[in-house]
Amino acid sequence: MLLRLLRKCAVALAIFGCSLAANVAAQPRYSDSGPEPLLARLFDQIEQNHWEPALQQADALIRAYPNFRLAYLIRGDLLLAHSKPLMAFGQGGVGVAGDKVADLRAEAIARLRAYKNKPTDGYVPRYLLQLRNDQKFAVVVDTQKSRLYLYQNDNGTPQFVADYYITQGKLGAEKTREGDQRTPIGIYHVTASLPRQKLGDFYGSGAFPISYPNDWDRRMGRNGHGIWLHGTPSDTFSRPPRASDGCVVLANQDLDAIGRTLQIGLTPVIISNSIEWLSLDDWQAERKSLLAMIEAWRQDWESRDTDRYALHYSRKFQSDSFDYNGWIEQKRKVNAGKTWIKVSAGNISMFRNPGKEEYVVVTFEQDYRSNNLANVMKKRQYWIKEDGRWKIVHEGAG
Amino acid sequence: MTLSRFFLPRLCAFAVLFMLVGGARGDAIQDIGNLLKQGQQAQALEQVDKYLADKPKDAQGRFLKGLILTEMNKSSEAIAVFQKLTEDYPELPEPYNNLAVIYAQQKQYDKAKQALEMAIRTHPSYATAHENLGDIYARMASQAYDKALQIDSSNTSAQTKLSMIRDLMGSNVRHGQSSAVTKPATIVAALEPKMTTKPTEVKPVEARIPVTKPVEAAPVVAPTVPPVKAATAADVTKSVEAWATAWSKKDVKGYLSHYAADFKTPSGESRAKWEADRAQRIDKPGVISVSVEGMQVEAEGANKATARFRQLYRSAKLKTSSRKALVLVRQDGKWLIQQERIGN
Repeated sequence: MLLRLLRKCAVALAIFGCSLAANVAAQPRYSDSGPEPLLARLFDQIEQNHWEPALQQADALIRAYPNFRLAYLIRGDLLLAHSKPLMAFGQGGVGVAGDKVADLRAEAIARLRAYKNKPTDGYVPRYLLQLRNDQKFAVVVDTQKSRLYLYQNDNGTPQFVADYYITQGKLGAEKTREGDQRTPIGIYHVTASLPRQKLGDFYGSGAFPISYPNDWDRRMGRNGHGIWLHGTPSDTFSRPPRASDGCVVLANQDLDAIGRTLQIGLTPVIISNSIEWLSLDDWQAERKSLLAMIEAWRQDWESRDTDRYALHYSRKFQSDSFDYNGWIEQKRKVNAGKTWIKVSAGNISMFRNPGKEEYVVVTFEQDYRSNNLANVMKKRQYWIKEDGRWKIVHEGAG
Repeated sequence: MTLSRFFLPRLCAFAVLFMLVGGARGDAIQDIGNLLKQGQQAQALEQVDKYLADKPKDAQGRFLKGLILTEMNKSSEAIAVFQKLTEDYPELPEPYNNLAVIYAQQKQYDKAKQALEMAIRTHPSYATAHENLGDIYARMASQAYDKALQIDSSNTSAQTKLSMIRDLMGSNVRHGQSSAVTKPATIVAALEPKMTTKPTEVKPVEARIPVTKPVEAAPVVAPTVPPVKAATAADVTKSVEAWATAWSKKDVKGYLSHYAADFKTPSGESRAKWEADRAQRIDKPGVISVSVEGMQVEAEGANKATARFRQLYRSAKLKTSSRKALVLVRQDGKWLIQQERIGN
């Protein structure tokens, strides 16, 4: 009898071999309607040796999510367990298709881990420093967790909406080269919506190309193209955690759900290796310090005091046509011909880069007036922290 | 058709019937049973219908008719017969069991499972139903794995592997009964005490009826199998054992030398490719051990024989016990393998 119990634990243990300790502190929110709640209950039942309910749960999963291969695999295990000690997850399939079993196990772990570690109330991804008023939603991806988090813009504060399982590149993240089968890390936005009718079945219910490579990527010499958020072929509910050529792949129903929120040319898609979460207080502090620096930069520009203005720029500064010295000299010349300057920066967005390079992309509508020139433009600046102080390292039209 | 390679849930044919049968009535049933054994299904059906015209309620006659219809692949009619039997005799496990076998043939595993559970409810220790239920679970598992891993266990290359999985299951469920084919009477009697009400007169024989007819002579019925010359059996056994030994020693050359020039490769691949695959499999690092047990040799003439046995394979990663059948031919005084099948 003991032996029987022991062997019954095997599946659950195999899966739970990794730590699935739930996030501390505040109660997580369960807002998504994906398969994770059912899946988690299924594994709970397996852990508790409730085999018949577990089998029913697996069947319920299959009914709710047709072609959900992971559910079929667990169903196979549960059926096999009727007559044979289960030593490993996907035991009946290991000898036939071990790589596929490994993929499904990775998917199970990714889904359960994300489910047990939902974003905690009062914490937001550090990257969403400031959404523009017209940016209704923002997408943040955590490649290590195989998860996409959707946020709603609540008067500038990101509000968690839902999260979804995703597939990333076969070789992981940090894309640098065309064909490297990696998913880029950085700040992008959705550039188009490709309807399902224009795509093959492989892309499922649709696709949303994103703006890889962005300015920064190009500065870093990264290339490649055609990074999309897209759906899943009809013969499967989901794909393994690492399976794409660099795209971010969602289940069709999930792509449809986020598709309704995406604004072409507007919605930010920030892809990170591993999301850094900030408490709302810390987030607010970081946001305010940067906003204050932008305000100081604006005022110093209006003051026509070129030396004070120059303090906001990094020595490593590069614009499209000037380095630091060129930029400052140019500004000094222009300022000499001014009797007054008025600058306003409206509709600011600020996104922190999720990669190793620490910078914040700031965009705003710049309304510039002076005694002899006026123009309105969209501006984009890259701010970095140098010696504890925010400085501009790149500036140009947005 | 390759279904016979799988572990077929066994139809429980004659276990209950004949031991309750006596006198003229029994003779009639037995004659019809013999017709069926000899493959004369049409005549058997005619006879049983005649018999049932007299005794329309007779359980044995109806049961036998169900068997005949099953063999004739008249599944829906067979289902109707067995279904009605379960209604009229809910205490008998056999009609449930056979209903399950037909459902399983039709891949209606949920129905098969339900029927077997009913059979077990009537007789909790009913071994055949337990075994069949094990098989049903294995098939359902296999179906689920197919779907999960996008493999097709019905295609030949995957089939061998998957039938091995089924077999693993089989050996587990059927421990203690692995020799059921060779010694059905005693085993069944031992495992089914409820069935042995009158064991002295007619021994219950649990026949294993292949649902799809194998091409060769039916391995089912012991009396029709020609007696094997002892010498042939010994030679064949020796050859098979040498084959297993060469395999265990990873002696690829020796192993391959046991195969006839006209060996039928399992998936119809070329001999060269098959040999290369085998060599690669056998030559994998790590100790393996292959042994055979429960050897049963059936000769067809002087130069051809079928060896059926249980193959025990053990490596660091895998331990399997599977039924295997080798068709061997004698060439230049040596018994060589012409066909190799998993299952029976």
